[in-house]
Amino acid sequence: MDIKHVKDYIYWLYYQYLLITCSYVLEPWEQSMFHTITVTVFAMVVYTAYVFIPIHVRLAFEFFSQIFGGQPESTV
Amino acid sequence: INHIVHNGGLYKRPFNEAFEETPMLVAVLTYVGYGVLTLFGYLRDFMRQWKIEKCQNATEREEQKDFVPLYQDFENFYNRNLYMRIRDSWNRPICSVPGAKVDMMERVSHDYNWTFTYTGRVIKDIINMGSYNYLGFAQKAGTCQEAAAKVLSQYGAGVCSTRQEMGNLDKHEELEKLVARFLGVESAMAYGMGFATNSMNIPALVGKGCLILSDELNHASLVLGARLSGATIRIFKHNNMQSLEKLLKDAIVHGQPRTRRPWKKILILVEGIYSMEGSIVRLPEVIALKKKYKSYLYLDEAHSIGALGPSGRGVVEYFGLNPEDVDVMMGTFTKSFGAAGGYIGGKKELIDYLRTYSHSAVYATSLSPPVVEQIITSMKCIMGEDGTTVGKARVQQLAENTRYFRRRLKEMGFIIYGNEDSPVVPLMLYMPAKIGAFGREMLKRNIGVVVVGFPATPIIESRARFCLSAAHTKEMLDTALKEISEVGDLLQLKYSRHRLVPLLDRPFDETTYEETED
Repeated sequence: MDIKHVKDYIYWLYYQYLLITCSYVLEPWEQSMFHTITVTVFAMVVYTAYVFIPIHVRLAFEFFSQIFGGQPESTV
Repeated sequence: INHIVHNGGLYKRPFNEAFEETPMLVAVLTYVGYGVLTLFGYLRDFMRQWKIEKCQNATEREEQKDFVPLYQDFENFYNRNLYMRIRDSWNRPICSVPGAKVDMMERVSHDYNWTFTYTGRVIKDIINMGSYNYLGFAQKAGTCQEAAAKVLSQYGAGVCSTRQEMGNLDKHEELEKLVARFLGVESAMAYGMGFATNSMNIPALVGKGCLILSDELNHASLVLGARLSGATIRIFKHNNMQSLEKLLKDAIVHGQPRTRRPWKKILILVEGIYSMEGSIVRLPEVIALKKKYKSYLYLDEAHSIGALGPSGRGVVEYFGLNPEDVDVMMGTFTKSFGAAGGYIGGKKELIDYLRTYSHSAVYATSLSPPVVEQIITSMKCIMGEDGTTVGKARVQQLAENTRYFRRRLKEMGFIIYGNEDSPVVPLMLYMPAKIGAFGREMLKRNIGVVVVGFPATPIIESRARFCLSAAHTKEMLDTALKEISEVGDLLQLKYSRHRLVPLLDRPFDETTYEETED
């Protein structure tokens, strides 16, 4: 029963995605093209986030901690 | 909590009208949706032009390819690429009388709405929330139908002439006297077509050198009539009295544009109920302005005659005003009376003038006799002159249905436009895919609705328009509301951020209907 609820919920989420991006009205081949493009763009965004965001956050953290906490260290 | 009286006490009852603002996220997503559809539209047009795909819409012939292009503007692009995809929600063929329940022929399309084929099945007993059947006179049995059948056997169906030649029947004279008595005016005249009443009579009333002040959202018939007349047209914001007053002041002070002469006539065009918004005109203020600046008022009561007012006499009775204050009262018999045609009522000199000079009277065929009898019978029923209280009961039933339906929809969380008392209920959909989805899902659940998109409404404000009827029983409305709620949850249509607390007892602010808590 739970699997059915989860499947229905996921299908409902897919239906909302179809309605919001208007791919509900497109023909099947147009829908496939649109889904391919969307999934590709989304995958690229996720990959870029995975590769670049931790490094940038760490560098930013070091930069700011150098400004605020850096002075006492350099005098010693 | 003090009940503040605005506008110098012109209103005898609270005027509750609300147009909730579009939520920002919804507007952005609507534009995203239209963007995607536009891109795919360009792709399909490209494929059609390079013959990769078969072109099924209208194009110019080979010899005309070098002429001015006919199908390149936005309207035709929209038609080919957006309207065609969801076209199955419109032009649905019905095969019974459009009463509270209607039968519809089922049709399918195998090539994505370019062509339709009938399966042969008839879908029976669809709850009809789309017909302008406000008082439920669209019936195939009853006093109206019997009287019309008798007149049909007496006079036949065709008139075969115009009013001025041989088409003036005694039935028409009887009808016009009755209409004048119903409205409380001196005299009235009836025409064969409601659209033609507006578009053919406004040119007879105003001409060059006159000024027309018309509401932003006026019907196409009023706009066409105004343009055909050749007068100068100025638009004021929808139902906005400050905008109208500013235009009137400018007109009186500055006169005609180049010569600065005074205008020959100033005519204000308004409608009783605006059918796309569900809003009611602010008639007391318009009449006060009209008297102050000495202009004329043309009131188009197409949707409000029979539907508003304690005895169904229209928006003038709803506000408790004098019908003699409105110079030209126009209306149609299509909506509340279950017939066809239009009328104009006013002073005797005006109507006598129109009998001679109106294009519709001189050139158009007059009303068909059974239709005239339907109007006469239904009007007598509403006035109570047939000896029963059926008419009064219907008017009250419509008012109750309106209040109940609107309250329940607001409680569910939909965005509903318009005045609390108008039987036209627009429910906002916004996103283009939801237009098609709403129409189809409601038909699956046996409810027929009318969905409207561009170009009848602004491009992001697409809506579903419900027209309530006195023929709807409470059970039908409850069924419809249950299904609407279900579809609303399925499609995520409950956008309203103002949650209505049920059964409020506080006095309202007079002009807006704001709900604050929750």
